[in-house]
Amino acid sequence: MSVLPMLAPLAAEGAEHVPVVDPSSADGVFTLMWVVIALPLAGAAILLLGGRLTDAWGHLLGCLTVVGSFAISLAMFVSLIGRADDDRQVSQHLYDWISVGGFKVGADLLYDPLSALFLLLITGVGGLIHIYSIGYMAHDERRRRFFGYLNLFVAAMLVLVLAENYLLLFLGWEGVGLASYLLIGFWQYKPSAAAAAKKAFVINRVGDMGMSLAIMLIFVTFGTISFTGVSEAAGGAKESTLTAIGLLLLLGACGKSAQVPLQAWLLDAMEGPTPVSALIHAATMVTAGVYLIVRSNFIFDRAPDAQTAVIAVAVVTLLWGAIIGTSKDDIKKVLAGSTMSQIGYMMLGAGLGIAGYAFAIFHLLNHGFFKANMFLGAGSVMHAMDDDVDMRHYGALSKMLPITFLTFLMGYLAIIGFPGFSGFWSKDKIIETAFVDSVWIGILATIGAGITGFYMTRLMLMTFFTQKRWEEHVHPHESPKVMTFPLIVLAALSVLGGIMLLNDWIVDFLAPVVGTPVHHETEVPPIVITLIILAVVAAGVATAWFTIGRSEVPRVAPTQVSVFTRAARNDLYGDAINDTLVVRPGTHVVHGLTTFDKSVVDGAVMGQASATGGLAQVFRRWQNGFVRSYALSLLGGAILVVLALLVVNLG
Amino acid sequence: MSTEPYIVLSAILFTIGCVGVLTRRNAIVVFMCVELMLNASNLALVTFAKANGNLEGQVGAFFVMVVAAAEVVVGLAIIMTIFRTRRSASVDDASLLKY
Repeated sequence: MSVLPMLAPLAAEGAEHVPVVDPSSADGVFTLMWVVIALPLAGAAILLLGGRLTDAWGHLLGCLTVVGSFAISLAMFVSLIGRADDDRQVSQHLYDWISVGGFKVGADLLYDPLSALFLLLITGVGGLIHIYSIGYMAHDERRRRFFGYLNLFVAAMLVLVLAENYLLLFLGWEGVGLASYLLIGFWQYKPSAAAAAKKAFVINRVGDMGMSLAIMLIFVTFGTISFTGVSEAAGGAKESTLTAIGLLLLLGACGKSAQVPLQAWLLDAMEGPTPVSALIHAATMVTAGVYLIVRSNFIFDRAPDAQTAVIAVAVVTLLWGAIIGTSKDDIKKVLAGSTMSQIGYMMLGAGLGIAGYAFAIFHLLNHGFFKANMFLGAGSVMHAMDDDVDMRHYGALSKMLPITFLTFLMGYLAIIGFPGFSGFWSKDKIIETAFVDSVWIGILATIGAGITGFYMTRLMLMTFFTQKRWEEHVHPHESPKVMTFPLIVLAALSVLGGIMLLNDWIVDFLAPVVGTPVHHETEVPPIVITLIILAVVAAGVATAWFTIGRSEVPRVAPTQVSVFTRAARNDLYGDAINDTLVVRPGTHVVHGLTTFDKSVVDGAVMGQASATGGLAQVFRRWQNGFVRSYALSLLGGAILVVLALLVVNLG
Repeated sequence: MSTEPYIVLSAILFTIGCVGVLTRRNAIVVFMCVELMLNASNLALVTFAKANGNLEGQVGAFFVMVVAAAEVVVGLAIIMTIFRTRRSASVDDASLLKY
């Protein structure tokens, strides 16, 4: 139940009504809401504190807790479907977390259609990735610790999506950041992995600063930070304040979701084990920024300028990521660039407002399926190729790895938007909505789709087709069943994800959270837009076929390349930009501060000490050892005291 | 009874003691001069007690005597020891504890 008095919902101006969060108290199966979080948290605690005692069965416990959470999530989802449309927001008060004067924060959970979908994604895909990791990490002697971190991540992510106020959300937000740091640097003996973990952590600090400032501003403006309270009061706030909150939230989202300008960490994050890339850096954590914006729809809907900023970031990122993807030879980095780009599409959907929220979440879920599928597929390929990630060393693997190939193919068809596959429905809807908003945004998003077609086809061709390029001592072999089973399930979901759009189910389902979109007619019929998108994608695929599929792929990357290729290989100079704008000025400031500290601060302290020492050198001469001179001093002192007394008493 | 002569005597004794401490080198003489100063102050205390008609000054004089007696015991012992080891009773020779 909400801790705030229920105010009458403020009717938003205009045709589109911004819904208010108005949860009822948890009963029935919903009272198990906290267990969803508690299970993986307990798993993490046991695995991380239990030490070597849990080595033998730790991985099984890690899987069980997440599968258990999935079962509860599924039961709650079924129960939620059975409720009336306007009764689909349930909250559970666990305890008073912080209570300082007028600042009260409860550990409150909120289960609504948006959280419901995320819960299923996190525990479902998360569970599959846990199972896959049993096989993938089988030869790692620290597998138990790996599962402990994974469980910690799942628990934190569940806190993030079940939180009923911004501070609890922030707790989960930081929790997933910590888990991400630990898992990117899981092989910390590799300097590159340790550096990548640090980089991810530091860049996320920038975003988190925006996030915490946003929370403070929300509290100052509304006097509360619960979704219930803010969604009720948002209508009465000044637009400039809402815009400021929106921009700060966007900064937070940029950090977590690797959006330009805070995108540089995601490519390096691929240093982590592949299941981590699939779970954290593709399916769940990096989509937290999209969740944040969709969750804060009551702020963004009333701050059009902030929405414009979201769209700008999204469009730049979706092209940025796609361009990086075109020229990387590391299979995981291609997928990482692709993830950036796809999250750009989700952000675009979220920036388009009520018309786009549902499609952003729809694409987020589909992306969770097909990208997790492809990352795990890439892991399976690496497993077969002795952990080689260079696609130039692959080639013609479709016969060697039939299951991996077929499941990867499903993910490939889904991401390029092949008609009927999940990505087709969701990306198509986002681009269509973008065309309604502005033709230019639509065109840019369509170009992004074309580039997606190109780089994914390039990846497919270089990995599974073209000539055999691996060394003699490498013997590609299909992965064990514990790894192919999750691939098959995720491939099925990649194909079938589109059914969520049947009868606009997902739009209606999310309507209590994000509002009901008003249908806008585009100037051209939607089918024409779909055909244009398909034509652009087909052009991208054909380009890849003619440039890569029909010619010999060199085993060593050619160095005589165009300036564009070189830029894309260097992540469009994202690191160089960061170095020039932030790192180097920062180093100068630090050098200046060090000099100031050494000369001025230390100078004052050390100078005082040596002055005292020098003075003592003079005064120590008084201690000459002659008793009679001491007696003279004594007499002088006594006379002074007497004189002083006389002056005071007589004067 | 006029107390003035006693005070004058006390001042003269104190000054003699004071000058003795500052000018003489022999430790025994310095010591005796210290005693002289103590007794000069005792005389002043007793005189003031008489002048004020109460016993506080006299009690104070007794305290000074007790402390002086204790001081003599310790002080003479130190002077004896120094004389035995250094074959000198000059206070200027015992100036090792410096700087």
